[in-house]
Amino acid sequence: MTGGLHDVEAPAGAQAQAIAQLWHVLLPVCTIVFVAVLVAVFVALRRAPRATRETAPDVSSLSQPEPALARAVWAGVIVCAVLLLGLLAASVFTDRALARLPLEDALHIRLTGYQWWWEAQYDDPAPSRIFTTANELHVPVGRPVIVTLVGADVIHSFWVPSLHGKKDLIPGRPQTISFRADRPGVYRGTCAEYCGYQHAHMVLYVIADTPNDFAYWAARQRAPAAKPASALAQQGAELFLQKSCAMCHAIDGTGAQGRNAPNLTHVASRMTIGAGTLANSVTNRAAWILDPQQFKPGANMPSQNMAPDELAAINAYLGTLQ
Amino acid sequence: MSRLLAALDPRELRKAARASVGRGEAIYDGPGWGSPAASALDRTWREKPGVRGWLETVDHKRTGKRFVFTSFVFFCAAGILAAIMRSQLAFPDSHLVGPDLYDQMFTMHGTTMMFIFAVPVMQGMAVYLIPLMVGTRNTAFPRMTACAFWLYLLGSLSLWVGFALNTGADAGWFAYVPLAGPEYGIGKRSDLWNNLINLTEAMGLMVAVDLATVILKMRAPGMSLRRMPVFAWSILVTSVMIIFAMPSVMLAANLAQFDRTFATHFFNPAEGGDVLIWQHLFWFFGHPEVYFIFIPALGFISTIIPTFARRPLFGHTAVVLSMIATGFLAFGLWVHHMFATNLPELGKGFFTAMSMMIAIPTAVQIFCWIATLWSGRINLRAPILFVLGFFFILVLGGMTGIMIGAVPFDLQVHDSYFIVAHLHYVLLGGAVFPLFAAFYYWFPKFTGRLLDERLGRWQFWTFFVGFNVTFFPMHLLGLAGMPRRIYTYAADTGWGTLNLVATIGAAIIAVSVLLFVVNVIRTRAGGEAAGDDPWGAATLEWATHSPPPAFNFVALPVVASREPLWAREADEPTHVSGLSAQVREGLVTTVLDALPDVRYAYPSPSIWPAVAAVTVVVWLFWSNVTPSGMWYGLIPPAIAFILWYWPTRRETAEQLLLQRRP
Repeated sequence: MTGGLHDVEAPAGAQAQAIAQLWHVLLPVCTIVFVAVLVAVFVALRRAPRATRETAPDVSSLSQPEPALARAVWAGVIVCAVLLLGLLAASVFTDRALARLPLEDALHIRLTGYQWWWEAQYDDPAPSRIFTTANELHVPVGRPVIVTLVGADVIHSFWVPSLHGKKDLIPGRPQTISFRADRPGVYRGTCAEYCGYQHAHMVLYVIADTPNDFAYWAARQRAPAAKPASALAQQGAELFLQKSCAMCHAIDGTGAQGRNAPNLTHVASRMTIGAGTLANSVTNRAAWILDPQQFKPGANMPSQNMAPDELAAINAYLGTLQ
Repeated sequence: MSRLLAALDPRELRKAARASVGRGEAIYDGPGWGSPAASALDRTWREKPGVRGWLETVDHKRTGKRFVFTSFVFFCAAGILAAIMRSQLAFPDSHLVGPDLYDQMFTMHGTTMMFIFAVPVMQGMAVYLIPLMVGTRNTAFPRMTACAFWLYLLGSLSLWVGFALNTGADAGWFAYVPLAGPEYGIGKRSDLWNNLINLTEAMGLMVAVDLATVILKMRAPGMSLRRMPVFAWSILVTSVMIIFAMPSVMLAANLAQFDRTFATHFFNPAEGGDVLIWQHLFWFFGHPEVYFIFIPALGFISTIIPTFARRPLFGHTAVVLSMIATGFLAFGLWVHHMFATNLPELGKGFFTAMSMMIAIPTAVQIFCWIATLWSGRINLRAPILFVLGFFFILVLGGMTGIMIGAVPFDLQVHDSYFIVAHLHYVLLGGAVFPLFAAFYYWFPKFTGRLLDERLGRWQFWTFFVGFNVTFFPMHLLGLAGMPRRIYTYAADTGWGTLNLVATIGAAIIAVSVLLFVVNVIRTRAGGEAAGDDPWGAATLEWATHSPPPAFNFVALPVVASREPLWAREADEPTHVSGLSAQVREGLVTTVLDALPDVRYAYPSPSIWPAVAAVTVVVWLFWSNVTPSGMWYGLIPPAIAFILWYWPTRRETAEQLLLQRRP
């Protein structure tokens, strides 16, 4: 809901760059062959005389060879084979380039796909520095990122076109993808493997920050949830625990430790809610909490029966979770 | 029961033989349409009128037309779903169709087009044409093919009835587990899908066995393999591929159904199962499937181009070898549907090489066709227009196919709209355009009337323009990051304009298909009479009436050339005679040289193929409802199949009679 770059032809990372270069080889070669074939068909139609059904068929070719035509067909086939070999080589070299991304000092993220949202856990050698967020990755520009892809329920696929091609999140078969963002910006990713009703609303934003901005963001994310500053927010924090919210959502530093839905410790710092369904504004949050099914039918969050003042309190509390 | 047992009693048999065939002079087939032989053949081969005859038919022409008609109806139904989906996607954040219905619709669209339309329509065309083209009177196992039709019809109808009752399959035409598995595939939706796979694949296998047998063993005397029409080659290659590929997806569908019915764990990673096994089994079938849609279409084109270029196909041998090569290579491509999974990278490189290599045999054929047109004299009619459309669309689709064969590029566009564009370019360009060419070309043989040429040209141009307006923008949408199978998208993605263009194109396609339907209806009502051979063609199906009589030929043709109706020497025999005209008798010839080998008694009409099909369908549904249905449900099919093969007095008597006569 808030834009972000998502274009194979506008790469912002080393991997997507290599693939875009391959595309710039594939496209002209294939276009030339396509045009050449059409020209040959067109010329054949122009030069061949017209006939009717009564025109006696010319069966001389059954007994006589046609060396000129045979040479032309052979030449065409050989040219095609050579071009295909060239494209195969280009593909193999691009593959090697993708595999050779330097991975020193890489950032490790464990990304889990759920129906229909993403959970990201930023790893760290020190367990206390590990933190969890959802539906939004921040990565430092220029530093490689290794993402471990885990499918929690069905198969999903991680695809951020401006940074790299896609890889599947397969239940029982974790795999990794590594990429590097080379320009700061917001890159829109999406689930690319059909995963059920809300496959359309399973967006993942990747925000490439300068190293300083990233360090600042990560430090904020590591901190437990902010203590409610106002009375209204305090009431919201209590309601969050009393109502069904805490059954599924976690807010670190509080009693809410549900693991079935996005971690909301710093929900106010995110761009969207509902995995890219709505922009993260006060009114959208209120509408979403009351009736998520209106925006994301089939999502696992039920509609909430809540008095307006309760909703306002909870919304105010969530707004403080920067 | 006593009647059944009497069929085994020799005295009863002699009595029956005298009663059914009589003591009179034996009548043999022979040339001449008005001869007593022809009327005897007509009596022998004509089927009962009315509903009974309709259900019992074993005439390959009726069965073939049924396949084509039924699959075309489903093609239109799936096309209507496509039109609704395009309407939903025309604008961002549209609320025309919700996610639940949309998921069912794209699953139904894909499943119908691949399993219920494309394979059956090609096999149906072949069931009709192959016996005529190789010069025989019926397919080898016409009851089996009839049974295959009923299985296919009932299976397809059940899937669509399920859809009408909000139980439409919704896990995609590829039905990946775990989404289609017991935990995430709720209700009976995926059960219906698995049933359909079982039924349509059984259909495909049965028809493939029948067609391969006709092509290998029932060709007209003299039609050695090197004189066999290219279309027969294409169907032979396709049939052999079907026999190798379809068991794979049937196995997969049954493992998945076991997971659902008996709570086995073949695809459950939590219990040691593996979700990727599904993908391997599915695509080991799924990629060759593209080629058993495409290769018959290549056969159409190799048949149509020579007729309208007024010369034999250039490079006949090269074209045939290319089709065989395509058939082999098609089995080495399946992993290119799985490049985004965690398979070893080096292995993926081999599949890139294979994916590019399969372009070479296709290139050989395209160049041979261009050479044929180049050196021919061209009769520019509607069928050849569709073939020319094929050149544009299929070659473009082939080019994007080469692109996505490259692993790195595929990682970007896999499961994006680029793939939607690619697959429609190859499937519509590679199969539907040739199929329309084939409809225009063989419709006079099916009905005795020529489709209207002017409407045909209108249909071609609307289809061609509509197709490109619909699908070309999808390449750009894919590059702009639009994934497949989403029911809506946000306005700020910037995908709105191109989606609207695509939807407009879909409307033009709908008009085009409507024009075709109008053309068929008008022609049936009173089109231009075709005569036996309206195109001046070379193959044997044009050597008989249009539409052909039930027995196809008054005397089986003898073939001395690759182009039997074009290059006929004066001193060569034109036919063989001496088969009985009083019983359904055919000639089996040798595989390589088509020398007469043995006589063969064709099966007579029977109600049991239809009954057996019903019992098999009941069994499958019973097993979906309760696991014990898997065992008890087998009893009715067992009875039906036993009765199907129970010898009747009349048949046994005929066989005995044939043994006594020369």
